Amino acid sequence: MKYVIIGNSAAAVGCVEGIRKYDSDGEILLVSKEPYATYSRPLISYYLAGQVDARHMGYRPASFYKTHRVTTLLGSEAVGLDTKDKSVRLSDGRTVAYDKLLIATGGVPFVPPIEGSDAEGVMTFTTWDDAKRLKRLVPRLKKVVILGGGLIGIKAMEGLQAHGTDITVVELMDRILGLVLDKTATSFLERKLKEEGVHLVKETTIKKIHKDNAGRAVGVTLENGRELATDQVIIAIGVRPNIGLVKDSPVETNRGIVVDYFMRTSEADVYAAGDVAEADDILHHEPRVIPILPNAYKQGKVAGSSMTGNEIEYPGGMVMNSVEVGGIPAISAGIMNPPDDEGYEVKRLIDRKNGVYRKMVIRDNRLVGFILIGAIDRAGIYTGLIREGVNISPFKNHLTDLDFGVICFPKDLRTYKISNVYM
Amino acid sequence: MKRVYAKEEICAGCRLCEVWCVVAHSKSGDIVKAFNSEFPRPLPRVMVEEAGPFSFALQCRHCMEPPCIEACMTGAMFRDGAEGPVLHDPEQCVGCWMCVMVCPYGAIARDVTIKKIASKCDLCQGEEEPSCVAHCPNEALVFEDRG
Ligand SMILES: Cc1cc2nc3c(=O)[nH]c(=O)nc-3n(C[C@H](O)[C@H](O)[C@H](O)COP(=O)(O)OP(=O)(O)OC[C@H]3O[C@@H](n4cnc5c(N)ncnc54)[C@H](O)[C@@H]3O)c2cc1C
Ligand code: SF4
Ligand code: SF4
Repeated sequence: MKYVIIGNSAAAVGCVEGIRKYDSDGEILLVSKEPYATYSRPLISYYLAGQVDARHMGYRPASFYKTHRVTTLLGSEAVGLDTKDKSVRLSDGRTVAYDKLLIATGGVPFVPPIEGSDAEGVMTFTTWDDAKRLKRLVPRLKKVVILGGGLIGIKAMEGLQAHGTDITVVELMDRILGLVLDKTATSFLERKLKEEGVHLVKETTIKKIHKDNAGRAVGVTLENGRELATDQVIIAIGVRPNIGLVKDSPVETNRGIVVDYFMRTSEADVYAAGDVAEADDILHHEPRVIPILPNAYKQGKVAGSSMTGNEIEYPGGMVMNSVEVGGIPAISAGIMNPPDDEGYEVKRLIDRKNGVYRKMVIRDNRLVGFILIGAIDRAGIYTGLIREGVNISPFKNHLTDLDFGVICFPKDLRTYKISNVYM
Repeated sequence: MKRVYAKEEICAGCRLCEVWCVVAHSKSGDIVKAFNSEFPRPLPRVMVEEAGPFSFALQCRHCMEPPCIEACMTGAMFRDGAEGPVLHDPEQCVGCWMCVMVCPYGAIARDVTIKKIASKCDLCQGEEEPSCVAHCPNEALVFEDRG
C-alpha cells in the first residue's frame, strides 16, 4: 500500500499517526511546499515576538518522520492531480503515484482587491517564512497597519507588540475577534489594548494603499476617509481553503473540498482534511470549513484511519478558540452570538471589577456555546457538555458559577464520568 | 492501563491528596520544604470537588482519544507509547490553553508562576502508585485497570 500525503501540518501529522495506528508496513510519502519539518503554525506569532526560538517551533519532535517511517519531499509543490491515473504532478515535473491520497493543503490568506496592494511592504501573516521576514523588518518599522482584527490579525499584533512597534488595527466589524467573541467580551480586551497603546479603527476598511516612487507602501486611505501613515501593511482578514490542486480535477468542491464522515472526497481513494476541507459542524448540522488546529488534526487522524480500511467516523467539529489579549485570557466555543428570535437562552455573569465575564448559550436545554473571559479554568467541561449534548436543565443555574465543575452534574452522570475511561 | 478512580461515598474532602501531589512534584519531595521554602511550588494536579456533603478527587483520566493531545498546538501534550499515560512537556508548552479549552474533566491547571505552562497528572511516573492514592487516609482513591 502506498499512501501519499500532500501537506505537512496538523492534518498531515494527524493522518500519519492515524495510518500508523493500524498499518505499520505501508509506505508513506509526504510532499510539502514549505521546506521545513512539521512546525506549529500558531507559533509563528510567538516566534515573531521572540518567545519561541527555531528549536521549539516543531509540531512534532525531529525524530517524527523516522519513528513513523515517513519519506518526505519537502520544498516540493503538488500542482496537478490525475484521479484516473492515481498520480500527483509536482512542480519540478515529477509525478508520484498513490494508492491512497490525502489532500491536506490547508488555507491560503485571502487578499481582497485593494488599490496598491502590490506595493512593497504589504504582506500576509500565515507562514513561518512570513514571521521570519517580518522579524527581520521589525527593527526598521515605525508604524504598522494590520487589516483585520480577527484571530490572525490579533496574533500578528501580539507578535509586534513585543517589539514596541506602533500598531493600528483596522477592523470592519464593530469589535475585534468579532466571530469568536461578543461585544461585552471584546470590550474587556479592547480597553486593555488601548491602555497598551494599540490603535483600533473599527467599522471601516482600507480603500487604497499609497506608494512612494520606489513602490514602497507609505500610507493608507480608509473607507471612512481617514489617512494613516505606515511603512508596513499586514493583510489578515482570513484564510480560504487552498483548493488550487484539485481545481482541474473531478474532486468536488464547495467552499472547501467536500468530504464525508470518513474524510473521503467525491473521488475514490482521495481524502481531504484540515483547513482545506469542508467537514461536519455538529452545531449547524451541515458541512463547514472551520479552520482551527484541533479540527485539522482530528480530521487528519480520521482520514489516516479510513485510508487503512479502519473506518472511524469524524465526530464533527465546532468553532473554538483560546486567545490571550493584553494578558487577559479568553476561551469561547460553539454558538456565541445567537440570533435573538430563535429560542436561544443566554446566561451571563459579568464582574468588571475582577475582569470576569462568563456567557452560556443554551438551546433546547443543551449547551451550544460559551464565552469565558478572565476566569477560563476548566473551560473544557463546557466544551464537553456541548459535544456530548448533555441535558443541562438540572444544573442550568450553576453554569456560570466560578466553581462550576463535574460535582454539579447529576449523580448518575457524575459517577459514570469519574468511574469510567473516557472515549 | 491503570488509572486513578475516586470513591465518592467515602471521600471526606480533606484534600490531603492535593497536598501530597504538590509534595510529589516538588524538588525536595519534603512536605515542609515544598510548602515553606521552595520556589516555584508546583500546583496540585488533582483537585477535590466539593458541594455540600459531596466530594471527590479528580485528575486527568488519561483518555483513550485525548482531546488535549488533539488540540495541543505545539506537541507538548503527548501519549507515552501506544497504551501509556498522557504526559506533558513543559519545555515545549507555551501556555496557549488550547488543552484547557477541551479537557472534558477540567483536569488541566494553568501554572503561571514562572512561564505559562499547563499542569496535569502524570500518574507519578516511576512510582509504584500515584502519591494521592498512597496517601489518602480514607482509601477513597484506587489505582486500577478498568480498561
Ligand atoms: C498566525 C496564526 C495563528 C493561529 N492560531 C491558532 C490557534 O491559536 N488555535 C487554532 O486552533 N488554530 C490557529 N490557527 C489555525 C491553524 O494554524 C490551522 O487551522 C492549522 O494549521 C490547519 O492545519 P492544516 O494541516 O489543515 O493546514 P496548514 O497548517 O495550512 O498547512 C498546509 C500544509 O500544506 C502544504 N501545502 C500547501 N499547498 C501545497 C501544495 N500545493 N503542494 C504541497 N504542499 C502544499 C503547506 O506547506 C503546509 O505544510 C492559526 C493560524 C495562523 C496563521
Ligand atoms: S488532560 Fe483531560 S483530555 Fe487530556 S487525557 Fe487527561 S482527562 Fe483526557
Ligand atoms: S497550554 Fe501547553 S500543553 Fe496545553 S495546548 Fe498549549 S502548548 Fe499544548
